[in-house]
Amino acid sequence: MIQKLKIDRKFVPLLATVTLFIVAYAFGASQSRGMRDPQAFFNLFINNSHLLIAAIGETVVILAGGIDLSPGAIIALTSTASAYLLEKEGLLPEIVIPLMLLMGIALGAIMGSLIQYFKVQPFIATLAGMFFARGMCFFISLDAITISDPFYRELSLARIPVPFLGHTHVSINVLIGLLVLAIAMYLLHLTRFGRTVYAMGGNEQSARLMGLPVGQTKVLVYTLAGFCSALAGVAYSIALLSGHGLYAVGLELDTIASVVIGGTLLTGGVGYVFGTMFGVLISGLIQMLIMFNGQLSSWWTRIAIGVLTLVFISVQSAFAASKKRQIAVRAAKKDQASQAAAPAQGR
Amino acid sequence: MMRQSRFSWARLRDNKVFWPLVALVLILLFDALFTPGFFNIEIKEGHLFGNLIDILNRGSALMLLAIGMTMVIATGGVDLSVGAVIAISGATACVLINPQLATRLRQATEMTRDITYTPLWLLILAALAVSTLCGLWNGLLVSRLNIQAMVATLVLMVAGRGIAQLIVNGTIITVYYKPYFFIGNGYVPYIGLPFTLFIVIAVFLIAWLLTRRTAIGLFVESVGINSKSSLYSGINEKNVKLLAYTFCGFCAGIAGLILSSNVKSADANTVGLWTELDAILAVVIGGTLMTGGRFSLMASIVGALIIQATTTTMYALGVPANAAMAVKALVVLVVILLYAEQFRGWLTKLFERKGVQA
Repeated sequence: MIQKLKIDRKFVPLLATVTLFIVAYAFGASQSRGMRDPQAFFNLFINNSHLLIAAIGETVVILAGGIDLSPGAIIALTSTASAYLLEKEGLLPEIVIPLMLLMGIALGAIMGSLIQYFKVQPFIATLAGMFFARGMCFFISLDAITISDPFYRELSLARIPVPFLGHTHVSINVLIGLLVLAIAMYLLHLTRFGRTVYAMGGNEQSARLMGLPVGQTKVLVYTLAGFCSALAGVAYSIALLSGHGLYAVGLELDTIASVVIGGTLLTGGVGYVFGTMFGVLISGLIQMLIMFNGQLSSWWTRIAIGVLTLVFISVQSAFAASKKRQIAVRAAKKDQASQAAAPAQGR
Repeated sequence: MMRQSRFSWARLRDNKVFWPLVALVLILLFDALFTPGFFNIEIKEGHLFGNLIDILNRGSALMLLAIGMTMVIATGGVDLSVGAVIAISGATACVLINPQLATRLRQATEMTRDITYTPLWLLILAALAVSTLCGLWNGLLVSRLNIQAMVATLVLMVAGRGIAQLIVNGTIITVYYKPYFFIGNGYVPYIGLPFTLFIVIAVFLIAWLLTRRTAIGLFVESVGINSKSSLYSGINEKNVKLLAYTFCGFCAGIAGLILSSNVKSADANTVGLWTELDAILAVVIGGTLMTGGRFSLMASIVGALIIQATTTTMYALGVPANAAMAVKALVVLVVILLYAEQFRGWLTKLFERKGVQA
């Protein structure tokens, strides 16, 4: 019985994140009436669904030991390009959406190939990708384009009632986000691909020596991230019904912060994509708390997210240091034991 | 005779500044061919005007950042917060010129008068002190708490703009104090070159003397190559890292003063947006590896000039400012690929195969 109640050490960061979210939400609910409405909780999802989708892609990349700085830019490019194609070229949404997703996949695959085959550092390759995507937005259009396509409008205005909870609803983007989360959890925890991702993030050299398809997986990981970013971009343009090159500026930082707050180690190999959802919710919650407070200005959001990121990173590094010390102690003990055993063997 | 010339060619090729310079010359060559009048330099009102001067003037902030970033990257780290530090530095200086604007609205005449409420030297000192403190903070996180550089500086990158907003109380502060404008817009009399250029030269000289005339440069490279073995050989690697980040913050502070003085205001949200990326790219183009180790300040400066020259070229061609980023990305990618051994190997293979077929 006691054995069952004992929490596995690896779930500690995830639990900390979930607890923090619940405590912070309870605090908010005790302070303002607006947050007691169940709809407020679902609004967290509605307002941050694009961030969730992008952060899931980012989680996979970070778990594999890389980093992706391009999500914000790809979201902006997707919104601009889809708005342009829908409005100026008159293409059908059935064509535009797959086209956008393909674009994301292509961008991700190119960045992944640069990283894998030309040994460009992930940081630099995705940085170049980010600049490229942002710049392309302004080649397409300098001004914001409004989307008036009926299909997009319908999706944007669609309200899906939440079962069992009377008057609450979510948007279609939330469903997309949760679906992506489910798929990502399946991929990471139940497939060979997921195991390779974790192994790579833990130690790429060992993973390669174990015969895992490291190169292939690496390209795939960035491709997946590119796809997620493009999907987030589609969700973003559905939500905002417009496209512009300066949308989602700095979103890459929000996604990285969400991943870190969600308990994933930035060095790779440790973490859960499920935690990322709570990371996203927490950064949304901070925004909401500051909004409901009414006295604090919006720039406190950035400071709060920065501080929270710092706290989580410090805890992580302390955690990693204690683990390292444990391993060192264990190794020292083993050494002593083998030294004690050595003379016995000699005789 | 022949032998000697070949020897010097090889030495030239090995020089870190050589390849970036080639790239810069190629870009300028492109300008010479496709943008007429690019190299024209006129004298107007006692100072020099022209695209080349413009590259030097507009590139000055980037060059400063590149100097600081080179030191950080050489230790094996990276500083993502320079953009935010620029915002903080500019915000501090502008608030000190006119503290009333941030706290409460006053009569328009009083706000727009050509006066300062803090002496010029004090506000420059304050802005530099604050940004140096930011650098120190990054350095402490990296060296003492052993947090990965990218993550540690990410914190300030996220929070820094919030802090800058806090300083200016969420407004865009416009200043009207003329001596302050000189930092970013002034031209040195009689010489006719922008004042910013001389700031860059001064900082470069300081950095160069610090790294090449003392052992610090050697320490930095040693820490970048292997921080653990540096520690074992008696180098205080923590303090070396701390120094690098602090210096980077200091450089970003000067860049912040230049940028805010240039636009005569402090805009916490947009000033220095994406400059950290420009600075990192400048260093990478300069041939300093992101993994740390050997560095060349001069090559980084040339890297910064390459980026600025590309930008100015785009402007001269009439490409919108933000769209120029895409082209910049491609230029950077080509340069980086040329550095990548894999790509070089691939290229030679390609040519060899062609040779066989022919």
